[in-house]
Amino acid sequence: MAQKILLKNINIPGINTFEVYRQHGGYAAVEKALKTMSADDVVEEVKKSGLRGRGGAGFPTGMKWSFLAKPEGVPRYLVCNADESEPGTFKDRYLMTHTPHTLIEGMIVSSFALGANTSYIYVRGEMMPQIRILEKAIAEAKNAGFLGKNILGTGYDLEIYVQPGGGAYICGEETALLESLEGKRGNPRIKPPFPAIAGLYGCPTVVNNVESIAAVSWIVVNGGDEYAKIGIGRSTGTKLISASGNINKPGVYEIELGLSVEEFIYSDEYCGGIANGKRLKAVVAGGSSVPILPANLILKLANGQPRLMSYESLAEGGFATGTMLGSGGFIVMDEDACVVRNTWNFSRFYHHESCGQCSPCREGTGWMEKVLHRIEYGHGKMSDIDLLVDVSKKIEGNTICPLGDAAAWPVASAIRHFRDEFEWHVNNPKAAMDGNYGLANYADPIPVVEEAS
Amino acid sequence: MATLYIDNRPYDVKEGKNLLETCLTLGFDLPYFCWHPAMGSVGACRQCAIKIFKDENDTAGRLVMSCMEPVGKETRISLDHPDAEKFRKSVIEWLMTNHPHDCAVCDEGGSCHLQDMTVMTGHNYRRFEFPKRTYVNQYLGPLINHEMNRCIQCYRCVRFYKDYAGGKDLDVYAAHNHVYFGREKDGILESEFSGNLAEICPTGVFTDKTLKQHYSRKWDFTFAPSVCQHCSLGCNIIAGERYGELRQITSRYNGDVNGYFICDRGRFGYEAANSVDRIYQPALKEENVSLNQEYIINDIAALLSTSNCVGIGSPRASLESNFALQQLVGNGNYYSGWSDEEHRLNKAALNILQNRTAEIVSLKQIEQYDSILILGEDLTNTAPMAALTVRQAVRKKPVENAQQNINLATWHDAALREYIQQRHSDLFILHPHSTKLDEIATQVSYSTPHEIAAKGFTIAAAIDATADQVIDQIATSLLNAQKPLIITGTSLFNEPLLAAAEAIVKALKKRGKQPGIFITQADCNSMGLAMMNVPPLSSAFSKLSDSTLIILETDLYRNLSTEKADEIMNLPKRIIVFDHIKSTTSEKADIKVPVGMFSEADGTIVNNEGRAQRFFQVFVPKNEWLKESWRWLSLLKALKDGKAIDENLSISNIQSTLVEALPQFRGIEDAALSEDFRLNGQKVPRAPHRYSGRTAMLSNENVSEPKPPQDIDSPMSFTMEGYRGIPPSSVTPFFWSPGWNSVQSINKFQIEIGGPLHDGNPGVRLVNSNSSITPIDFEQKTEKISLKEFEWQLVPVYHIFGSEELSAKAPAIAELTPKPYLGLNQYSLAKLNLQENDMATIEHHGRAYQLPVRLRAEINNEVALILFGLPQTAFFVKPVIIKIRPASNGITNNNSKHE
Ligand SMILES: Cc1cc2nc3c(=O)[nH]c(=O)nc-3n(C[C@H](O)[C@H](O)[C@H](O)COP(=O)(O)O)c2cc1C
Ligand code: SF4
Ligand code: SF4
Ligand code: SF4
Ligand code: FES
Repeated sequence: MAQKILLKNINIPGINTFEVYRQHGGYAAVEKALKTMSADDVVEEVKKSGLRGRGGAGFPTGMKWSFLAKPEGVPRYLVCNADESEPGTFKDRYLMTHTPHTLIEGMIVSSFALGANTSYIYVRGEMMPQIRILEKAIAEAKNAGFLGKNILGTGYDLEIYVQPGGGAYICGEETALLESLEGKRGNPRIKPPFPAIAGLYGCPTVVNNVESIAAVSWIVVNGGDEYAKIGIGRSTGTKLISASGNINKPGVYEIELGLSVEEFIYSDEYCGGIANGKRLKAVVAGGSSVPILPANLILKLANGQPRLMSYESLAEGGFATGTMLGSGGFIVMDEDACVVRNTWNFSRFYHHESCGQCSPCREGTGWMEKVLHRIEYGHGKMSDIDLLVDVSKKIEGNTICPLGDAAAWPVASAIRHFRDEFEWHVNNPKAAMDGNYGLANYADPIPVVEEAS
Repeated sequence: MATLYIDNRPYDVKEGKNLLETCLTLGFDLPYFCWHPAMGSVGACRQCAIKIFKDENDTAGRLVMSCMEPVGKETRISLDHPDAEKFRKSVIEWLMTNHPHDCAVCDEGGSCHLQDMTVMTGHNYRRFEFPKRTYVNQYLGPLINHEMNRCIQCYRCVRFYKDYAGGKDLDVYAAHNHVYFGREKDGILESEFSGNLAEICPTGVFTDKTLKQHYSRKWDFTFAPSVCQHCSLGCNIIAGERYGELRQITSRYNGDVNGYFICDRGRFGYEAANSVDRIYQPALKEENVSLNQEYIINDIAALLSTSNCVGIGSPRASLESNFALQQLVGNGNYYSGWSDEEHRLNKAALNILQNRTAEIVSLKQIEQYDSILILGEDLTNTAPMAALTVRQAVRKKPVENAQQNINLATWHDAALREYIQQRHSDLFILHPHSTKLDEIATQVSYSTPHEIAAKGFTIAAAIDATADQVIDQIATSLLNAQKPLIITGTSLFNEPLLAAAEAIVKALKKRGKQPGIFITQADCNSMGLAMMNVPPLSSAFSKLSDSTLIILETDLYRNLSTEKADEIMNLPKRIIVFDHIKSTTSEKADIKVPVGMFSEADGTIVNNEGRAQRFFQVFVPKNEWLKESWRWLSLLKALKDGKAIDENLSISNIQSTLVEALPQFRGIEDAALSEDFRLNGQKVPRAPHRYSGRTAMLSNENVSEPKPPQDIDSPMSFTMEGYRGIPPSSVTPFFWSPGWNSVQSINKFQIEIGGPLHDGNPGVRLVNSNSSITPIDFEQKTEKISLKEFEWQLVPVYHIFGSEELSAKAPAIAELTPKPYLGLNQYSLAKLNLQENDMATIEHHGRAYQLPVRLRAEINNEVALILFGLPQTAFFVKPVIIKIRPASNGITNNNSKHE
């Protein structure tokens, strides 16, 4: 059984309460850090751990922390990004629901490391139950002396506030989040300046994902080196994967990075194979914004080696044959899934969620959505496919925030890998309305039923 | 200096500016939308994309937004790179996907930045084949029209309205390609600067609603450079005419005065020129019949030569007209139209400038000051553009900090605003009531005008004291500032205020600071009149009986109490009024003679900083009466003196007599190029070269095209013929450049973006130093006013719309003029047993006036506020003590407490 860090105690009844959490060793990180370590020590451990941001970009957390500016007399902030709205990603919600103290403990240790005395958890507006859970957990921790003034008599003060968002996906982008937290419209900012220099209220700020912060407690207790031993290469530690789609066992799994994609899909410990005995057609491996890959490319690298669940392995092959780990939203499509419809569905999402600030994304996402809609509904033209490629190419890399890329990649990759399916839609409008293209030549290289059973 | 390689050619440029403004300064055409020279960059529209290269060997380059990239020591870029060109083209393609393409019926058409940029990028083929998104438009009041379908989402409107001008009621709503720029719900835009939206918006979303009533394309206008007549700041404007009617005012860039913007009073007040209150025909009081020109003029001349004449000048008439009247009636018989108080106030303002203890600050220079004290001026309503500049000034320190602390460029607008948040440099406001600028002030305090003056003297004393004794926060801030500025003015009719301001600047000077002074006045030529150095009205009394009194472009009933004005009007044998608009005075005159308004006249006015500025006649009205007052008055003088009439008397002629007689005005001749100036032997055309309909527009009167009128006063023609290039700044009638039809063409007229115009900003500062530093007078010239029971000090409240005489006649402005009221605080209301909206009875000079009461919680117990300048409050012309009748107990509400 693989090592579990974040979800180790998830099945213990009452682990969502302070008492039970504490009985099982919770808040040891706070005691250790505040009483025996300096802030820089904590940063150092996190650096050693190799922990990379779990919000999508995978930027090394320790490095991000060390960039934080520390001007005299200016407050610093830690903001936890719990806006989780990417289609296919639901791990933060799971963690907050079932073991909220894991996040609170991580928040305290991380805030201490950064020298923040006020920290925020920005939670997606629709997650009202989780907001209540977090508020309760904060109250419990405060009651027990782990929050507030002079925590554990160490002289360190910290308040954590939970801020509900308004339900916009874009407010998960860190600078849009900061705008929203400041009470403004959630339009992303242009970087530089980076939040580490001028973030919340113009002050140095670190924005981290729920999962990144939650992992810090374990690192403090067990040491960064221990953490770095888990995983593979520069993908250290464990990662929460939100598995969904046509699989037998959808849900949130904690994996050690480096697990093979094949094992993740087919082993009973994880997804348990494709549902209803069907065959695998494609996977969106890291949340809706990463490129879609057909079965053969997601399971194996170009050189025939198995593809692994790690930042590097998933990205191997670049745009031509690779994808990304992203936020770990693992969406599996079986032979009956329609890639065109799925792409349209994603692009509908990105169109709707574009903040409307920069022209390529604002206008391009809407345009792509319309074109995809008409292809899917049997009114497409052959030139539409190239038009989509052209529009997506002009969006990519030319927008203020990465939502533009996130909207462009699914479209570009779907056409890159499934062009014939698009053409089939154009040429067979009637058939496309009634049925679907099927597995076609994206043969699942693994003889599914036999292997999995 | 840095080297910028543009497509491999080197240019010497300034380091640190952004690449877009640098390329524009160098004369390149690069398209943009979200960047604005006054507002900086936000990098949103992505229209200004160019290629940037790491070094000589980098051939691939990187696509970047030129507005977001600074010029480095050595920068290599390409504007023509196919990737950049293609990308810029596709940005237009995106913007056009939902644009309605309704240019033909769009008010922006022909002066549209979107049209210009579309042509510039070369986008011409539509690939978007879906229905366009549509919006519901909003009613935004009588000034601005809203047509959201045309929006290209550049965010300029909200950035100007909210961030730059401090407005609260315009915002961006919704998301993706359905973002909406408007108000939360239909309603009148609240900002005093809303009209600038028409120029800021690169498309036809926000347009001038008053223009809609008599629309004309930009190319069909006849324009002239002009100067706003609606307050003392003298913002530069462009006035446009078509079919013999003044139809539009836009801002005319002047880097020393108003920059890119003007206020709504200045933009929309012009309709006074077409109002029903214009005087178009001369009239004799008795018969009230129109008379033949020659007859009237000869008759008046005869009257003048047979009786003793007295002349009353005007702070809203040009220098030339005031001077011509002075010449006509003789030096000793000429008086300003001012009451004694106004006379003293304006003289005091002039003296402070002349003393030169402080730097005389121009409107635009306000932005350079980092600690500002406003003594008794509600700038937003008395000198609106000064309020807009103060809003920029308070960002100075935080912007400098951002530069120092995190190395942010001054043009990086979004990042600056995020970093600065609500921080601002020091601004202190001492005023009787709350003002719109309070929200950005460090400290405000509300007290009576005399207390404000007293506080001013205390500040001066605190500054003068040795450092360790300084305890006053305001004094400390002014002393610690790099550039402290004192702003005051004449609107509270309080001389000690000006004296206090002077004491403060002197004290600052003594402590080694270089303080600035900015004094606002009431009218567009108040400073000019003050400089003429003529006695006030009261001195005229002895000469009036049996005289022939000539009143020039002024309403005595606005400057004097009704009683006083009546007294004056009853003394002379006859009264002749020269004015363009009806007033109580003109209607009581024996003879009234129509004259040209600013759009029909040439003249020079002197703004509050002593800057002489020339306004030019826009068109020649058919009505031959509508000529400059100075032309009529000079003619009368010739007739009276029995001299030959000079048919070709030009403004230069009168100016040279003027500066000879009044040498303090030496320099006004340089405020504009003289009539004999030519470029390549040509005049500067007032009309764009695409002017249409010339041969047709008068054909109902005469089938053969009439000879165009000749302009003897300026080097500009009244037609489209003439010099085609960029004219000298003082005679630039409109901004246009090939490929740049919109107001953005201003880029081509500046030495560098946002800098002075090519041959300098027009206008000549007249006030010169007499450099004698007089001792500081800390003596508080403020007498304590003692009030009896049920007495209050009446203090004026100004409103941008309504408080100024001329603009108030414009229908759109009239619609926005507030209802008169009497403002009292809780204590006063209780004492008077009154409630909000009750009618209060004011007793003054034995008469009773009724006004509804409004609660102004912030004001002093001794103060009653009254809206200044409305017909209903005309009895109030200067601060007075009034008695207010308490309501009898029967009517009152039991809530009121008695003290
Ligand atoms: C459109 C968009 C949406 C995002 N949404 C989220 C989100 O919901 N949660 C999250 O943690 N990060 C999200 N991110 C990534 C954040 O910008 C940021 O990189 C992250 O919170 C940093 O935390 P980490 O370093 O711990 O990953 C989003 C980014 C983009 C461009
Ligand atoms: S890329 Fe899209 S979401 Fe991001 S700033 Fe631009 S318009 Fe907004
Ligand atoms: S209304 Fe005009 S200024 Fe505002 S975003 Fe639209 S195009 Fe730009
Ligand atoms: S601030 Fe004064 S001068 Fe300027 S536009 Fe407004 S009214 Fe005219
Ligand atoms: S002008 Fe540069 S991005 Fe808009």
